[in-house]
Amino acid sequence: MITIDNLHKWFDKLEVLKGVSLSIEKGKTAVIIGPSGSGKTTLLRCLNLLELPDKGTITLGDKTLNITAGTRLKQAEIVSFRKQTGMVFQGYNLFPHLTAAENVMEGQVSVLKRSKDDARKKALSLLEKVGLRDRADMYPFQLSGGQQQRVGIARAMAMDPEVLLFDEPTSALDPELVGEVLKVMKDLANEGRTMVVVTHEMKFANEAADQVIFMDGGVVVEQGTPNELFHAARNPRTLQFLNKVFER
Amino acid sequence: MVGEERTERIIGILGESFFPILMAGLQYTIPLTLITFTLGLILAFFTAVARISGFIPLVLLTRFYVWIFRGTPLLVQLFIIFYGLPSVGVTLSPFAAAVIVFTLNKGAYSSEIIRAAILSIHKGQWEAAYSIGMTKSQAMKRIVLPQAVRVSLPPLGNSFISLVKDTSLAATITVTELFQKGQQIAAVTYEPLWLYIEVALFYLIFSTVLSYFQGRLEIRYGRGVAK
Ligand SMILES: Nc1ncnc2c1ncn2[C@@H]1O[C@H](COP(=O)(O)OP(=O)(O)OP(=O)(O)O)[C@@H](O)[C@H]1O
Ligand SMILES: [Mg+2]
Repeated sequence: MITIDNLHKWFDKLEVLKGVSLSIEKGKTAVIIGPSGSGKTTLLRCLNLLELPDKGTITLGDKTLNITAGTRLKQAEIVSFRKQTGMVFQGYNLFPHLTAAENVMEGQVSVLKRSKDDARKKALSLLEKVGLRDRADMYPFQLSGGQQQRVGIARAMAMDPEVLLFDEPTSALDPELVGEVLKVMKDLANEGRTMVVVTHEMKFANEAADQVIFMDGGVVVEQGTPNELFHAARNPRTLQFLNKVFER
Repeated sequence: MVGEERTERIIGILGESFFPILMAGLQYTIPLTLITFTLGLILAFFTAVARISGFIPLVLLTRFYVWIFRGTPLLVQLFIIFYGLPSVGVTLSPFAAAVIVFTLNKGAYSSEIIRAAILSIHKGQWEAAYSIGMTKSQAMKRIVLPQAVRVSLPPLGNSFISLVKDTSLAATITVTELFQKGQQIAAVTYEPLWLYIEVALFYLIFSTVLSYFQGRLEIRYGRGVAK
């Protein structure tokens, strides 16, 4: 489903991704972990072209982008590639002038050109799925952080993307609200959605991931099943990181 | 003290001048305000978008325009267009000259308000719009502008109300709007105090009505905002 080969990204003089390669199978959940500044967010944003990589190849679904120094992507190319993904943001980024249901309808109507009725039907069923059917007509400011993030997930799913991308979806939440969001994500993982999740929630990684990817310094240092990575990591940088997060 | 006879005379003059002044307001002040505000807003919107576009020639052109019209007095702009242009063969009616100058002037000021409002919308809103497959113009139209409108309504409303009052400057280029009319009547009746107070009351009423509509619009675009 996703193959990344030798991906590079610079911010001015700073090389943030230094040749990332990895692949994720259809229907699997990959969790990306790693220290702050290691390039996790940047990698995720390269997958939906919110950041444009400087070099490398990304294959997503049936589309392949081969990027070299001279590549200038057109807006139409970016949009059609991006439409295969849905993204859930750390800060939710709901549209404040729209209700929960309208947030979930917006892309369906303006991008997918579905009728308002169909879009609302789908929005309500997605809100039902994330446990917010009764909050459909509330505005974001009337919702808790956890509820807002669940609307964010419904909004991303409404576009029927091939891949769902999550960038630290729970790290802005109060601890008691983390669980409700992780539960929704776990359900999605169990349904066989393809997901790429950047998170510090090791318990989620352990329970829901098919693949854990450890990044450091702009490269993938080590990856494997949760079991392999958490219990049989070999690379000293991985071990050092895991020892820190598990306080062992 | 004002004697009884004088009081009657003043009341008589105010009564007689009421309709001529009201008509001047309805005929010139209000249309001038509404027309120039509408045109100015359209101009301001395109100017703001051009300045944000990043397309260098457009950015430079609109910056130059805003620089000129914000950096010179409205009165001088009126005089250049109305009294100055005929010397190069462009003669405009007083009303047309007033519309052009007020529009360009309002456009310049309001474009800065709109530009600031658009830039005040958090980058995450653009990204969320892109993430559901929107193009740049869809994101602008559907997500950013509705929020920017809410942000810009109070300052635009203020600028609208100041426009009502600024239209009195059109008197200087012979538009017989509200103030000019008052001036004419004051000149023949020798009651400047009471006539100018009457004129002031008309402006007060006009701008109060506009503030009311501004309030209604703010409520309408305020949806989704914590009170
Ligand atoms: N838009 C940008 N401009 C310049 N530098 C950036 C930009 N975005 C990220 N960086 C830099 O790139 C590096 C990697 O950032 P990134 O956000 O991908 O890390 P991360 O692994 O997601 O970290 P965290 O766990 O703190 O979120 C950091 O050094 C960061 O300062
Ligand atoms: Mg990050």
